[in-house]
Amino acid sequence: MSKIVRTVANQLILFIFIFGLYIIIHGHITPGGGFQGGAVIASGAALMIVAFGSSRIQKGIKEKHLSILESSGAVIFIGLAFAGLAAAGVFFFNTLIGSPVFGHTPPTGPNPGDIWTGGIIPLMNVAVGLKVFAGLSAIILVMALASSGEEVEE
Amino acid sequence: MGSLLNFPFLAAVILAGIALYILIFKKNMIKFIMGIALLEASVNLFFVALGYREGGGAPIYTNSPAGIMVLPVPQALVLTSIVIGVSILALMLSMAIRTYRHTGNIDTEKSRRMKG
Amino acid sequence: MRNFVASLFLGIAIVFLVSSALLVHPFGEPPAPMDDYIIQNAQAETGANNVVAAVLFDYRGFDTLGEATILFTAVTGVVMLFRKKETAEK
Repeated sequence: MSKIVRTVANQLILFIFIFGLYIIIHGHITPGGGFQGGAVIASGAALMIVAFGSSRIQKGIKEKHLSILESSGAVIFIGLAFAGLAAAGVFFFNTLIGSPVFGHTPPTGPNPGDIWTGGIIPLMNVAVGLKVFAGLSAIILVMALASSGEEVEE
Repeated sequence: MGSLLNFPFLAAVILAGIALYILIFKKNMIKFIMGIALLEASVNLFFVALGYREGGGAPIYTNSPAGIMVLPVPQALVLTSIVIGVSILALMLSMAIRTYRHTGNIDTEKSRRMKG
Repeated sequence: MRNFVASLFLGIAIVFLVSSALLVHPFGEPPAPMDDYIIQNAQAETGANNVVAAVLFDYRGFDTLGEATILFTAVTGVVMLFRKKETAEK
């Protein structure tokens, strides 16, 4: 792409990542969550691939690193579910309610919102956001590499 | 019984009808994939329209106005369905690219003789 | 002949879809005892203000687990389809 596109993408990528992180971290009190924030960050990765070309991106980030990120997100998610099984005997039990970490309970009805609520929901948002970001970025990177004629290196 | 008030459901039906037409009559693989994506969009639209409540707000309590809320479960299902749709779309397009490299065309009638 | 059968099937499907769209509940007034329960008790039971997040990760967590599996499978499939040919034959 041209120099204008590359410069604008370079300036914009930081704000896109920060916006996606905000959406993921505030997923349990405002509109948004892991899926949406992960998709926003993956769209930033798609912008980088379009602006700089897939072969140049591939020198920095290999597809297998993204695969490892995605698998670690899945492992965190399933681990949180099994933590509920270990603590209370129910899969996906919300174990962190009442604990000092994310353990507050908001008053019923409309309220201003408190970041330390939700139990395991914020942590699961982070895990799913990591997973969606890494998975979509890996798909975009591999398909861009394949359509530009190169094959993926294992 | 139904009335013109059910128009959002009918919009989903129109989308599904176009998608079924594409799936039945088109032979090009890329058009086929577009039909599947359209069918999925119609199902998502139907779900969200199914959960709408007259005058309801978003089901989020942070600084929300007092009053009724739309149903949260269809929204959660559609949220899951969108991510699944994107990944399935990527998988189908990859298979189409692979088929084109193997056989030289992406017509479903002509590329029957695919070699391992 | 084949086109005629396909058109017939398409017509039947569209008639079925239109009639079912007219026969569901009127737009804007869904009967929802389960959703009413979730809206009223989500804050007390899960502690999250966002009821959609509460449904996704607490009430219907198995859906999200299945979605994670499907995403993983799709990524694996795409990477497998575009692998180098030499590694596939080894």
